[in-house]
Amino acid sequence: MSSQRSAEARAVIEAVTDDLLSRAHRGVIVDSPPGAGKSTLVVELAGRLAATGERVMIVAQTNEQVDDLVARLAAAHPEVILGRLTAGDYEVPERLAPLRGPALAFSSKLPELAPASIVLATAAKWALVKEGEFPWAILDEAYQMRSDGLLAVAPRFADGTALFVGDPGQLDPFATVETDAWAGSPWDPSDSAVAVVRAHNPDLPVHRLPYSWRLPSTAAPLVAKAFYPFTPFDAGSDADDRSLLLGSAPAQAGPAGQSAQPGEADGSGIDQALELAAAEGWAWYGLPAAHTIRTDAEAVEACAALADRLVQREAAAVDRAAGYQRTVTPDRIAIGTAHRDQAAAVRAALARSDRASRGLTEVTVDTANRLQGREYDVTIVLHPLSGRRDATAFHLETGRLCVLLSRHRHACIVVGRAGIADLLDAHPHAEPVRLGVAVKFPDGWAAHQAVLAHLGAS
Amino acid sequence: MSTLTALARARAAHAGRAVPIAAVRHVHLTDRPFVLIPLMQAGEAAAPLAVMAGTDRSAPHLLVVGQPRNRDQRFAFLTDFAKLLIPYLDELSTHTETVEATKNHEEWQRCTDAPQLILPNPGGIDALRLLGRSARFRTVDGPYPVDPLVPLLGRHLTWFAEDRAPMPGSSVCLALTTALAQHWATGQSALEDQHLPALLSWIDPPPGMDGASAALLAEDPDRVPPAGPTTDPAFDTGVLAPLVRAQEEARALDDLRAVAKAEEELRAALAAQMQPTWETAWRAVDVLRGLPAAASDELRWQVDRGRFTDFVTGIAEGVPPQPKRPSAVSAARRLADLESAQQSYDRSQAVDDPLILARYRVGGEAFAGRITFVDAERQEFKGKRAWPRPLVLLHTLDEVILRPGAKVASPARVSQTARLRAVRPHPTAAGFEVELELQSGMGRGKTPEGGSLPTVGEERCYATFLAEQRGTRPELPDVDQTPWTHGGPPWPYVPRAEEQAEDWH
Repeated sequence: MSSQRSAEARAVIEAVTDDLLSRAHRGVIVDSPPGAGKSTLVVELAGRLAATGERVMIVAQTNEQVDDLVARLAAAHPEVILGRLTAGDYEVPERLAPLRGPALAFSSKLPELAPASIVLATAAKWALVKEGEFPWAILDEAYQMRSDGLLAVAPRFADGTALFVGDPGQLDPFATVETDAWAGSPWDPSDSAVAVVRAHNPDLPVHRLPYSWRLPSTAAPLVAKAFYPFTPFDAGSDADDRSLLLGSAPAQAGPAGQSAQPGEADGSGIDQALELAAAEGWAWYGLPAAHTIRTDAEAVEACAALADRLVQREAAAVDRAAGYQRTVTPDRIAIGTAHRDQAAAVRAALARSDRASRGLTEVTVDTANRLQGREYDVTIVLHPLSGRRDATAFHLETGRLCVLLSRHRHACIVVGRAGIADLLDAHPHAEPVRLGVAVKFPDGWAAHQAVLAHLGAS
Repeated sequence: MSTLTALARARAAHAGRAVPIAAVRHVHLTDRPFVLIPLMQAGEAAAPLAVMAGTDRSAPHLLVVGQPRNRDQRFAFLTDFAKLLIPYLDELSTHTETVEATKNHEEWQRCTDAPQLILPNPGGIDALRLLGRSARFRTVDGPYPVDPLVPLLGRHLTWFAEDRAPMPGSSVCLALTTALAQHWATGQSALEDQHLPALLSWIDPPPGMDGASAALLAEDPDRVPPAGPTTDPAFDTGVLAPLVRAQEEARALDDLRAVAKAEEELRAALAAQMQPTWETAWRAVDVLRGLPAAASDELRWQVDRGRFTDFVTGIAEGVPPQPKRPSAVSAARRLADLESAQQSYDRSQAVDDPLILARYRVGGEAFAGRITFVDAERQEFKGKRAWPRPLVLLHTLDEVILRPGAKVASPARVSQTARLRAVRPHPTAAGFEVELELQSGMGRGKTPEGGSLPTVGEERCYATFLAEQRGTRPELPDVDQTPWTHGGPPWPYVPRAEEQAEDWH
């Protein structure tokens, strides 16, 4: 089964390669659902394009993404000379320092990277390069790139062929000012790079990676149904490939020698949620309905307590297809929130001395924006609408929920207050309809309702 | 809405009176603003009905279109409007000062003052935008000629309403409701705040009344006519429609005396609708003037003066009117301009105003406290050179949620960035102890310049957004080099006579 899926995914990569090498089109677009092997595709195609003897430029959105690609390219194509174009104040990260040498150069000036056949940099850095042209360009995370960013970068491959790779279901780029004046026009500089390229070049071939290798078979159908209703995908793994095993349940360990603190989540509910997540891949940890401030103390404590209990029970993640069985250590857990202050509050709850002694400060706690592109064994999500009185466009954004619910390999637990479904019903769409703006499906209401229904939450 | 603004709104609702959310005035007010109240015909796009305008509070000018659907009358009205507005602009553009040459710019002349249009609400600005769009492409010859002042007025209105009004920090075209709501929180919703008389009632209620009940009274259109640009529907059907009809019938009969009488009645009816708003608008200007100007006010107005100079110079040099549609390149440039203006406006407001800075403190992006320790001698060796890296400890009662590695700067010394090294509960007192490493703004020597470091006992605030680097402008291609991703170079626009053709009468 799994080998057949690999073959299908491989066929997509071959088709993309053929489209690019034929130079029949100026660009090729590859849509990738979460964890569908986007980076693998970029690394492989970069190698194949470089093998033509022509130079390749790679554009990613953050330094971390670029450094990841550098590490993977160096491992996959040790014979190819890489150039990492950096900002002036960039510091070479520890993991890349040993690779530095004849096959990997770092510089803030493009001419100094002349020997490199693949040059990598962030979009912001490429935007400052004034000269030099590349026959091949790969733009990673192209759905997160803004149209004006692409406009600054595109002269570097004006006569070349470009590959745009990205996940259409994630967070859209945003501007810090009102951009309504341009809404719906093909020159809207705040639109995504892929949207503008397709508006001006409607005939570009679009490929789609068919399987998510990250999401387990419990998660892929829900994520596909809620967020990608017209471009379905499936899990690359089988139902019996993955499991999450929980150790015996030791007595609830409160903070050093005390009984449960006021406001601390009820222990049995926590264990039930973990067991449900282990069995089903999803769990909803519900709190009673209430309107709260953003840093809802009970919800924050529940997130921390779930992570804590997961570590205490020495959960083990098993993937038979990938051939691993590992303990879910704190660094394999992520807690996702909508706002930075919520993340800070969760971090503070994890830093409580008894939890810190269990290593819980190693848990990644971040907002959806910063969790994009990352992967964990188990994720705990503070629902963006939990405890809210209103459903704003920010909190409804499908990309936000999609990012939060598609970071895990084994299980995801969602923490939220009751009443979210009612909140959705009470807040109809109030944004003006603009001419020329493609209607986005699914909208936040549909996606949220689909998720809530699947989780059995109210 | 920040948590502090939400709190201020709750307090305002409780007290029945607006609560200040800014300590200084973050918009510029000129000595001689041009107050402008537009009314538009209901159900027609860009059909002006009347304006009341002028720089003299005691003598407003009233211009009226007898039949807003008649486009000859509409453009005659726009000609009159131009005769009112353009002398005001010309007068301001005659006085200039010399700006000395800099590295990037040669010596030039800048107007010593700029015009300022003040409208009751953002709807008024949008009405001007539509009028500007409908007027700036009209031609003085060809099928439907207009007075040369009409396209010129269109370009000016476009500059005010479309180019400058959305620019953060610009004050050449202000909506009073926006400016007031920026400085006061009321106990009503943001939507209700768009009604100028109600908003002003919360801030400055009549004697013997609280803001909430005064605002409620101001919502009655019979008592207080709406501030435009849309009219009260009851006035439309009950008063306006019969008067317009009477005037039209008189014209049809060529009865000049009846036309004059009908027009006089129409003017009187519209004057009665607009006069209260005129008073309210000036009162709102007074209320805003009551606030002291922010420290950055002069610098921001200088930018407005510079842009005004550029614009009038461009007209004198014969540049074409603002295009109907932007190119991909000009739209991207515009977005970069808007975003950098927003960033510097946010920064300067926070630096100038402790109440604005407090919002960032509550949101966890800033903290304030007392400096308890300074190690001025500390250095870091990078290569062969030693760099001063003084260590500072600060005791704060704010909840610090920033993580080690965060870069911060203080309004007291914006050019000095510091790296947050650690945050720990204060060993002996309540609150936190923050450990900072100063990284810049200490001069070029091996030891920090005198006076460049904070001193023990000093109260300081540090904020992350003040340390954010102002983004370097990306290198955008020229319009004729637009790449294929954005549709290639656009076709140049060539005006054609057919564009003037439309269903005219």
